[in-house]
Amino acid sequence: MTYAGVPGVIETRETFDETTLVVDPARLAEACTYLRDQEGFNFLSDIAPADYLGWGQQEVAGYVGTASGRDLNEPGSQGLARVPAPKPKRFSVSYQLLHVGDEPARLRVQVWLDDGEPVDSVVPVWPAADWFEREVWDMMGIRFHGHPNLVRILMDEDWEGHPLRKDYPLGGEPVRFSDED
Amino acid sequence: MVAVVSRKRIYEGSRIPQPVPTILEVDPAKHSLDDILRVNFGPNHPSTHGVLRLIVDLDGETVAGIRAVIGYLHTGFEKNMEAKSWWKSVTYPSRVDYVSFQANELVYVLAVEKLLGLEVPRRATWARMALTELTRIHSHLIWLGTSALELGAISLLWYTFDDRDEILDLFEMVGGARMHTRYFQVGGLAEDLPPGFTAEARKFCDAMPKSVDEYEAILDRNAIWLERTKGIGLLSAEDGLALAQSGPMLRASGVNWDLRKSMPYLFYDEVEFDVPVYENGDVYDRYKVHMDEMRESVRIVRQCLDRLDEMEGEPWVADDRKVVLPPRHELHTSMESLIHHFKIVTEGYTVPEGEVYVVIESPRGEAGCYLVSDGGPRPWRVRFRAPSFAALQATATVVQGCLVADLIAIAGSLDPVMGEADR
Repeated sequence: MTYAGVPGVIETRETFDETTLVVDPARLAEACTYLRDQEGFNFLSDIAPADYLGWGQQEVAGYVGTASGRDLNEPGSQGLARVPAPKPKRFSVSYQLLHVGDEPARLRVQVWLDDGEPVDSVVPVWPAADWFEREVWDMMGIRFHGHPNLVRILMDEDWEGHPLRKDYPLGGEPVRFSDED
Repeated sequence: MVAVVSRKRIYEGSRIPQPVPTILEVDPAKHSLDDILRVNFGPNHPSTHGVLRLIVDLDGETVAGIRAVIGYLHTGFEKNMEAKSWWKSVTYPSRVDYVSFQANELVYVLAVEKLLGLEVPRRATWARMALTELTRIHSHLIWLGTSALELGAISLLWYTFDDRDEILDLFEMVGGARMHTRYFQVGGLAEDLPPGFTAEARKFCDAMPKSVDEYEAILDRNAIWLERTKGIGLLSAEDGLALAQSGPMLRASGVNWDLRKSMPYLFYDEVEFDVPVYENGDVYDRYKVHMDEMRESVRIVRQCLDRLDEMEGEPWVADDRKVVLPPRHELHTSMESLIHHFKIVTEGYTVPEGEVYVVIESPRGEAGCYLVSDGGPRPWRVRFRAPSFAALQATATVVQGCLVADLIAIAGSLDPVMGEADR
């Protein structure tokens, strides 16, 4: 299936039998409205963000047991066979769409964002995006323009940081009422 | 197979395509703000199915405003899995939704297998189907028992948990653990099905439809149950789709949508079963969908058991030594097997670079897993699409104008599992 008329498409990818449309973040709402009304994607299955800080570099994805991490540029048993393809920006946000109907289809719409770069909310297109976008904000710190109630959903309201970012430490929860407070 | 969206208006003035609110604010035109009493339900309340918190604005006994607050069971599964190897992280998904553990395990291993391009032996796939359907019955039994308990039908809980125990016995038989079996693994199963499993499972399949009839006999002629479930918690088909509802929530609103029929995975296109669809979109119809699905699941399990008997002795795990642990006995005689075993357990196997999104029909509906791999031994990103999370989003829509006593019935009918909603 081709999605030729979708506004703002930068790239179309076919991987693992799944179609990904990479869309210009400035035209996301426009593209989503088109996909809902013209292509019949009436169901927003999920909004999945990913942080690519340190993608393809040493240390961040380090091999368990070595302090400095594996050297990805040195093929061998403790590294990767090849360095993964670079990503355009730090964050990706993937909108997993579904057409509920006689000819079901799935599609992934993806936008790439830098740290602090906001993107348009798709709540006006699919009301289901409300909580999904709140979770993306909570976990990754990506802001959505025009969201009716963009507050934290899983963490405390006064929580600092966004836990699923790659620079947020594992086990980074402060111990309350400890001596260091 | 035709997915039909019901044209029946369930209530006046469907708001699609305008935004459906996920927070119900008090309307000053209908309620005097001086009379509003704000009540906090939960997070520790016996009838909220876990740590769900509802902040309710009451005008007398009428719910004038509501907001659902979640996050009390957030445990950071997704972050933790990024730090574990692919091989070790298989234990996490079953803890995400602790009521339908095998279904979540299934969606994760299917996603990893898709990245690996791994062929799974057919015996393993049939066993996965049988166990996932047993999990569906298990999950529906817990839902039925607790929901009826909340409405005062206390006796039903003991009956449903009795039958649930039979299913847990079967899980104990295959995996050694009653819950969180970690029986599915990338490539197939952790072990072959034990001898006598199909016979025991058949005994359960013979008893279960009678039990479902008994549950219906208890509830369907109970005037209190009917009064408290019929015509409340209304959700129209359009609102259900707009709010990304799935599973029994959507099928009770008249949408004939089941991924097992519409977008078949495993061998669901080779078994016979029906998808129950009801049209009224109230709590009673959600209950009917659950009851019918238990019967249909028994039908599927029976067909799987027949196939499993035919495939006795066939391999139950893929023959790929880079991914699957070698058989235990080979470790004493083969150096290669020992090396493979050591490498898989310590470093883990590597998974090709890429991203996939795999979705299955879990007992609660559309359960998805989004994976990103950088080509290394650990997942770069794991995300679960939780049907409970989406279901709770509909709270404000389904409780509009209801009484506070009905709130319990409605919140229960959403079938939320907080472990899955909060992850």
